[in-house]
Amino acid sequence: MLAATALIAAGCGDDDEEPAEDTAGETVSLEDCTPDQLETLRDGQLTVGTDSPAFPPYFEDDDPTNGEGFESAVAYAIADTLGFAEDEVEWVVVPFNSSYAPGPKDFDFDINQVSITPKRAEQVDFSTPYYTAQQAVVALKDSDAAEATSLADLAEARIGVQIGTTSLDAVEASIQPSEEPQVFDTSNDVVSALKQEQVDAVVVDVPTAFFLTAVQVPQGTTVGQFEAPGGDEWGALLEKDSPLTDCVSAAVDELDASGELAAIEQEWIADKANAPVLE
Amino acid sequence: MSTPDGTASGPLGPDRRAERAAARRARTLRHQGVALVSTLVVLGGLTLLVLTSPGWEVFKGSFFDAEVFSDSFPDILRAFWLDVRVFLIVELVVLVVGLVVALLRTIDAPALFPLRIVAIVYTDVFRGIPTILLVYMVGFGVPAIALGEAADGSRPLDWLPTEPVVLGGFALALSYSAYVAEVYRAGINSIHRGQRDAALAVGLTEGQALRHVIVPQAVRRIGPPLLNDFIALQKDVALIAIIGVTGEAFRQAQIETAATFNYTPLVAAAMLYLCITIPLARLLDHWELGGRAR
Repeated sequence: MLAATALIAAGCGDDDEEPAEDTAGETVSLEDCTPDQLETLRDGQLTVGTDSPAFPPYFEDDDPTNGEGFESAVAYAIADTLGFAEDEVEWVVVPFNSSYAPGPKDFDFDINQVSITPKRAEQVDFSTPYYTAQQAVVALKDSDAAEATSLADLAEARIGVQIGTTSLDAVEASIQPSEEPQVFDTSNDVVSALKQEQVDAVVVDVPTAFFLTAVQVPQGTTVGQFEAPGGDEWGALLEKDSPLTDCVSAAVDELDASGELAAIEQEWIADKANAPVLE
Repeated sequence: MSTPDGTASGPLGPDRRAERAAARRARTLRHQGVALVSTLVVLGGLTLLVLTSPGWEVFKGSFFDAEVFSDSFPDILRAFWLDVRVFLIVELVVLVVGLVVALLRTIDAPALFPLRIVAIVYTDVFRGIPTILLVYMVGFGVPAIALGEAADGSRPLDWLPTEPVVLGGFALALSYSAYVAEVYRAGINSIHRGQRDAALAVGLTEGQALRHVIVPQAVRRIGPPLLNDFIALQKDVALIAIIGVTGEAFRQAQIETAATFNYTPLVAAAMLYLCITIPLARLLDHWELGGRAR
């Protein structure tokens, strides 16, 4: 059972298929993944989903179609690798909470900072990961939480997180706050709660933290970063047993091998090493 | 229909009566049989339709996963206790505030006219705003007000509550007091004008007439509609989750759903709400039947 879920977690639909990442010889070759062969939602068109608002540094100007921002760039790179031209990529709005609803999806794949976990992989398919995220603690500059130099210093803080994020697990496992974290529906609500001092600190992915402190909460500061237990890898989300999963994985592998993925990461989320590591 | 002298023979004599009783029994039996068969056919057909539909396995896996259920249920049950407490406290507040607002709208003393206007505007506005919006506005708005700085940099309003659960309860009370005020008002208006006139005639003041004659009768009449609003409130407590209330049943279920991509925790939460609302609904039925019998 464990082995099976591990296989699935690696981004593979069926137990009898090999995961795309560690058996390069046997995986689907990109040659089998041309727009003509792919069973996409609409022929000759790749439909990509993400939540709205689409915010930096994953998207720019709330417009996934401009190719700017980390995930927009990754999506277009995957499309390009599979042979879709830019104008053959169609974006649809997929709220996080409906991205994993059972049944037919209205997207070919969804790219929305979705963390891969074995439990989730029982309900949907994941591509191989395109990013590994660290968790960051953001607090208001003049608050006690901003002075924290270790995770233990945050144990008394009131902490806010967004629902469905790995951050909640990370807070509970690593910080173990005395007060249960407050869980909000959207990242905007998390930001409001921080600004209005309903929480002392929020925990988000590192790239999100830099956007928060740079744009949304200028009076905020990134206190530090830490690793979520078991790591936090993001993958493209596909319908369970989607015929496209192996091809999307193959495309991500190709982007990884060619260094293009690293270049995209460098371009859009370069600052990530700057925050002190909390332990 | 019965003959006053049941022993006499004639068109409605003992034979005919026995015949009628037998016919009635047969009809009852026939009706019960038809009801049974029809129930079996409808429910059986629906069950078969669901169980044989191509999506059933997927649906079952997503909504009725035994393992996810047993993993998540204890946490959700613990969280549900918060829902119950919020419900009880808000309900008490609503019963009092609703009555006050209703009385303000009913009393026609000229001096109290401004209060009457306030009461009318209050019910119109807060009954007209979706409860979820109200929860959101109070939950994020009041803390913003509390942060407001005066010219000297002090925060004169920082005594305002900013605890999400308090704000959520406050928003629910605002919304439901407006509904319940209208229920009270309907009850008060349903008491015949003559009751008031009679009370005034025996020397009670207007206020005493309300207090001792009209409101007691009105409250007895509006039991069922009030209970109906209780049931709605019990469900709407789930709304306070959106402002970050920790350990609320629906939010707990959402957290577990997002972690597993499996909807079973939501079903578990739904079952807990039903555990409260169904007994309330039966109580309501019972109450209404009792009322009719009187």
